[in-house]
Amino acid sequence: MLNENFGVKKIHIISRRMFIIGAAQFIVFSGIIARLFSLQVTENKKYLTLSDKNRLREWRLPPVRGEFLDYFGNIIAGNLKIYQLHVIPEQVEDFRYLILRLKTILNLSNNDFKKIIKQKNKQKNWETLIISKNLTWEQFTKINYFLHELSGAKPVLSVSRDYPFSENYTHILGYVSEASEKDIIDNEKIKNNHVPGLKVGKTGLEKTFENKLIGTNGVQRYEVNAYGKRIRQIDYKDGLKGKTIRLTTDTEIQKLCNELLKGLAGSISVMDIYTGDVIAMQSSPSFDPNLFLFGINQDDWQLIRNNPLKPLVNKTVSGLYSPGSTFKPMVALSALENNIVSKDFKVNCTGITEMYGQEYHCWKKKGHGIVNLKSAMKQSCDTYFYEVARKLGVDRLKETSIKFGLGEKVLNENFSNEKKGLVPDTTWKKNYLGKGWVLGETLITGIGQGYILTTPLQLCLMTAQLANGGFKIYPKITVGENDKTAEEIKFLISESLKNPNEKKHKRLFKDPKNIELIREGMFASTNETRGTSYASRIEDPKYQFAGKTGTSQVKRITKEQRELNLTTSQIPYEERDHALYVAFGPYKNPRYALSIVIEHGGSGSSAAAPIAKKLFKLIIDRHEQREKTRNDKSLKI
Amino acid sequence: MQNYSFNAQLSFFQKLKNFDYILLCCILLLGLISAFSMYSTDGGQILTHSRSHILKFLIFFPMMIVLSFLNIKFWHYFAYFFYIIILIFLIWASLYGIKASGSQRWINLYFINLQPSELMKIAIIACLAKYYHREQLNKVNTLQSILIALIILILPIMLVISQPDLGTAILIASSGLVVVWLAGLNIRYFIYSILTLLITLPFAISFLKPYQKLRILTFLNPDRDPLGAGYQIIQSKIAVGSGGLTGKGFLKGTQSYLEFLPEKHTDFIFTLFAEEFGFIGSLGLLLIYIVVIYRVIRIGAISRSYFAKFFCYGYGSAIFFYVTVNMSMVLGLLPIVGSPLPIMSYGGSSMLATMIGFAIVMSAKINHKHLIS
Repeated sequence: MLNENFGVKKIHIISRRMFIIGAAQFIVFSGIIARLFSLQVTENKKYLTLSDKNRLREWRLPPVRGEFLDYFGNIIAGNLKIYQLHVIPEQVEDFRYLILRLKTILNLSNNDFKKIIKQKNKQKNWETLIISKNLTWEQFTKINYFLHELSGAKPVLSVSRDYPFSENYTHILGYVSEASEKDIIDNEKIKNNHVPGLKVGKTGLEKTFENKLIGTNGVQRYEVNAYGKRIRQIDYKDGLKGKTIRLTTDTEIQKLCNELLKGLAGSISVMDIYTGDVIAMQSSPSFDPNLFLFGINQDDWQLIRNNPLKPLVNKTVSGLYSPGSTFKPMVALSALENNIVSKDFKVNCTGITEMYGQEYHCWKKKGHGIVNLKSAMKQSCDTYFYEVARKLGVDRLKETSIKFGLGEKVLNENFSNEKKGLVPDTTWKKNYLGKGWVLGETLITGIGQGYILTTPLQLCLMTAQLANGGFKIYPKITVGENDKTAEEIKFLISESLKNPNEKKHKRLFKDPKNIELIREGMFASTNETRGTSYASRIEDPKYQFAGKTGTSQVKRITKEQRELNLTTSQIPYEERDHALYVAFGPYKNPRYALSIVIEHGGSGSSAAAPIAKKLFKLIIDRHEQREKTRNDKSLKI
Repeated sequence: MQNYSFNAQLSFFQKLKNFDYILLCCILLLGLISAFSMYSTDGGQILTHSRSHILKFLIFFPMMIVLSFLNIKFWHYFAYFFYIIILIFLIWASLYGIKASGSQRWINLYFINLQPSELMKIAIIACLAKYYHREQLNKVNTLQSILIALIILILPIMLVISQPDLGTAILIASSGLVVVWLAGLNIRYFIYSILTLLITLPFAISFLKPYQKLRILTFLNPDRDPLGAGYQIIQSKIAVGSGGLTGKGFLKGTQSYLEFLPEKHTDFIFTLFAEEFGFIGSLGLLLIYIVVIYRVIRIGAISRSYFAKFFCYGYGSAIFFYVTVNMSMVLGLLPIVGSPLPIMSYGGSSMLATMIGFAIVMSAKINHKHLIS
């Protein structure tokens, strides 16, 4: 009985307790269903986004860089198809065998080989390993020949920057190279379009116009797995190519400039005196910018960097030189404009002038005798210009010089490294050196020595503005859409000449006769006997040009040295004078101006002027072609 | 009825008639779903996992039906024996077991690598069911009775914890405790032990393995280390959540086939299913499990013998634990402890144990009118 009683009770307890468990189960299951509902229905959007973020990845493709054209539409910085060799280690059965085989086929150096192995160990197994960034055609054909035994190696067509005229455009264009961290931080556009290995402009116009040239990325969307491996392509979007930029330069002239400067340190600039187009602008020595495309090797870099002639400096815009006698036209003009002297003003040159116990020498020891404005310019008589400068004063001289573009950047912001140069005056000296101006400094400024510093391009601009009759021009190196043609500018100038109150074109003079006097002086200097560059003249009126030589001292000459009367070759290179020459032509109907600076060349008449003679022929010969191109509407950009 | 004759009075057809066909259908359905899920984890191909899983189901499911014909008395008679055999296996595993991913859970039986802790989940229920089958209600709360029950419980739990396999240990403990609870152990003892547990918990945590501690921390805040310890739970939630109402479609679960899901064959199989079939699919699967649990408990209710009652109630609750612990884990409601989803998850021992459990339940159904003296 007792047993049975307990039995009934036991059954009851079991059932009751099971009921409690059942109720608990019901609650728990409800909780799980609620959780499922909240995850899958309420928060579905959030998790769907997270899941897409997991599986979709975008790959940006390198943007295609805009090109540079010269005035005639020749590509001077283009995009070259190059052959690269890629290997995806994951797809290679025997990586060691493959890489050793490639090493022999491509003739890889041990150093390159080590670099590749290092890179391989750094990246994931399915990431592309670039064995060679730029295969030569022979290497490429050889690889293709052996391809059947090189499973896993992939010859690939890619795009790279290319400078077909190598060193001819180095300083104008600059070069591109892999973007550095700083490039990415400094430039928003580079940051937005960056892909590993992206090449950006490092110097020159490549850097200046980076934002126009860079273009936009193409985008590939891939589905990837948890390990980042691409499974399939979902989407593809083409990028936009960067803008093409057309320059005003003439590659033929540029090439000749480069040739004429071979072995020398210096610069040549050629400019259209009406449009301000920079026709050529070469700094020497130059180097091949193509070397930088795939990372320059250390030997080449050291060679460029340690060259005493400083190939890395763009001397045309950042080289600062005393203008020497090429500054004399400015002095003469300023004196005429300010009515300090007339064209008949005469000075007796004895070869030496004394002032306050200080001797000032003319370059000609025996002196030029009695000289007037024209003969003083012709023979570059220093004594005459000492006297004119003394009467004129440095402040008025500065006023005229600034008007003609000295002391200011010529190409605005086109070259980040362009220098302003320096035209001194009394206030400048007081502010910067804290000392009063002394008269002796005026004298040497009168012959383009002392504090005054100019860039070769400034001298070219100065000459161009004298050549066009004294009118302001705005130099430029890129072709713009709304550029005025030379004819339009000429017309404005003639209008302005007819009517002095006409302000359509900015005049840099008060009396056109003064400009004419200077031009005559320069003509005489080149085309009349005893002119300093008489030896470099061209008699054919088609090519005839007028110029002014300059020889600027880099070191003060002591009395003893003066008496030694050394020839150029006897002086150490760094102490030799800079040779300068500015000119414009053809004289009868001028169109082009140029400036030549040869560092430590000796004298302007012997080192610089002969270069102008060789150059002018080509410049004038190319003129017709240039005019034809100007009217070619298909080239307008 | 005094003598144990295992082919009782029922004829073969009577037995067949007494089968619980709803339960059978549900098990078959789960097997089918698990086959498709496994096929999906292999990326839409029949590879190692799916082939092996399907094969195991095809072996163990008929085995279960055959075992169902055994009289419930057989299970009652051998319950202690099973328990002791499995306990020996556990000791064997802890001494000579196969080591894999930091724990020593498997023993090599040459034809199969057996995980005895999975079988212990069933054995403990059977053992305690037999123990309380005889025990008088007034003796349940005596010190001697409690001590014996505790020893039965603690021995395997300690062995499994030492493997280490906290998840299985917890499941063994809870399955066993359910039987103890049903047997009528005074509710006081449960309250006392819960209080003691809470007090000793901080100390117990200091004994946990570093990875177990990490799991608890990760559970509390999965974003703490999204690429490390929190990765599994975050990816699991993304998979389930992105499934939405109707799911991404069969074989289209991006989280799984792009390999974002960890352990998708085993503990996280539900995640894959939820991603591909959505809320509706998950609810359906859950419903099948609920029906299974309901049927098992119902069999317990109609069983006349205490052993069958205890076992069915215990086993029904155990399935409830397996399912809810697994789902709560992948849904981020519980820390990650290794616990497979019955039948769905890859793993032979788990499947074997589950099927043996169902065989006993089915045998109880067939013989529900029998009393065991």
